[in-house]
Amino acid sequence: MHEMSLAEGVLQLIEDAARQQEFAKVTAVWLEIGALSGVEVEAMKFCFDAVMRDSIADGARLEILATPGTGWCMQCSMSVPMKEVFGECPQCGSYQMQVTGGTEMRVKELEVA
Amino acid sequence: MCTTCGCGAGEVKIDGDDAHHEHEHVHADGTRHSHEHVPGAAHEHRHSYAPAHSHAPGLGAKRMVQIEQDILSKNNAYATQNRQRLAARGIFTLNLVSSPGSGKTTLLCKTIELLGGRQSVTVIEGDQQTSQDAERIRATGAPAIQINTGKGCHLDAHMVGHAMEKLELPADSLLMIENVGNLVCPAAFDLGEAHKVVILSVTEGEDKPIKYPDMFRAATLMLMNKCDLLPYLSFKVDAAIEFARRVNPTIEVIEVSATTGQGMDDWLAWIDRQAAVARRAA
Repeated sequence: MHEMSLAEGVLQLIEDAARQQEFAKVTAVWLEIGALSGVEVEAMKFCFDAVMRDSIADGARLEILATPGTGWCMQCSMSVPMKEVFGECPQCGSYQMQVTGGTEMRVKELEVA
Repeated sequence: MCTTCGCGAGEVKIDGDDAHHEHEHVHADGTRHSHEHVPGAAHEHRHSYAPAHSHAPGLGAKRMVQIEQDILSKNNAYATQNRQRLAARGIFTLNLVSSPGSGKTTLLCKTIELLGGRQSVTVIEGDQQTSQDAERIRATGAPAIQINTGKGCHLDAHMVGHAMEKLELPADSLLMIENVGNLVCPAAFDLGEAHKVVILSVTEGEDKPIKYPDMFRAATLMLMNKCDLLPYLSFKVDAAIEFARRVNPTIEVIEVSATTGQGMDDWLAWIDRQAAVARRAA
């Protein structure tokens, strides 16, 4: 359900861009999805196809640019990779972590005709 | 679907009425038309057919268009608008989130009762169907409006903006938004609130914060509700707090029981404190 709302958000941005930049058909969409964004990529692909049907992006190819999760460990005072939002520091095992990257969910660019 | 806000046309209802919209659609062939939905009125379409694009689909030259926009940017823009409107009138807004059955509505009713007119409260209720919750709130004497999201699993800032228009929110009052019972989707949708407050009842598992980390990360305060039942349960309060802090190191926690009133003074004091902070910042 969550990915369905997000796919609808993607379509809104596409339709806004279509009005402003006057294109009639979208053939590919690039989304940047961070590892810590809470977006399930497989669910997003499924919902994307369903939501784009009968729109100007009907049948468009979906390309996902995955960005890794990173966090700041307050114990180590350094930036470390994170696999989960509540993950521990891979260096010291502390949970005192602030997420610093990988929460992106953005429409990057479109291929239009 | 409405291209302005993304809501499924005819599904979202505010106190039983369709959310009123001007829609603009762009069809697969590039033609556009706009029309307005007026509750109860016939569905009139005004089409202005622009000359169709002369290229057959797929034959035109392809080009790239940079978008670089957050998927939630539309919702966030509506949320910013709501936040500005609320701040301008000194209205302190909380977004109450939890799984279904955590006791949000009972907690709200008790909160309104204990505030006893010292602070005027208005409530926006979100549920997929029925206006049962808004009716329960109105029985306390506080004005309430019900948003039915239809198939939707969360409230968004656009729906809340419409609901705010229908309510006469007094200046310097408290606005409580009870979100759809769901620990997943409402985490991502900013409504324009000052804080999200997550309610975890002790009849749930203490590991909910790590099972649904996004929600506990988005919240400023966790209310642990139904604490009067602790003697009959194996729920470990300390473990629940530890799990919540693992996901969100700065989350505050208050143990309450809406039924017995335990901890409610602390909750009311938290509201007063945070409202004062928010109003000073505005």
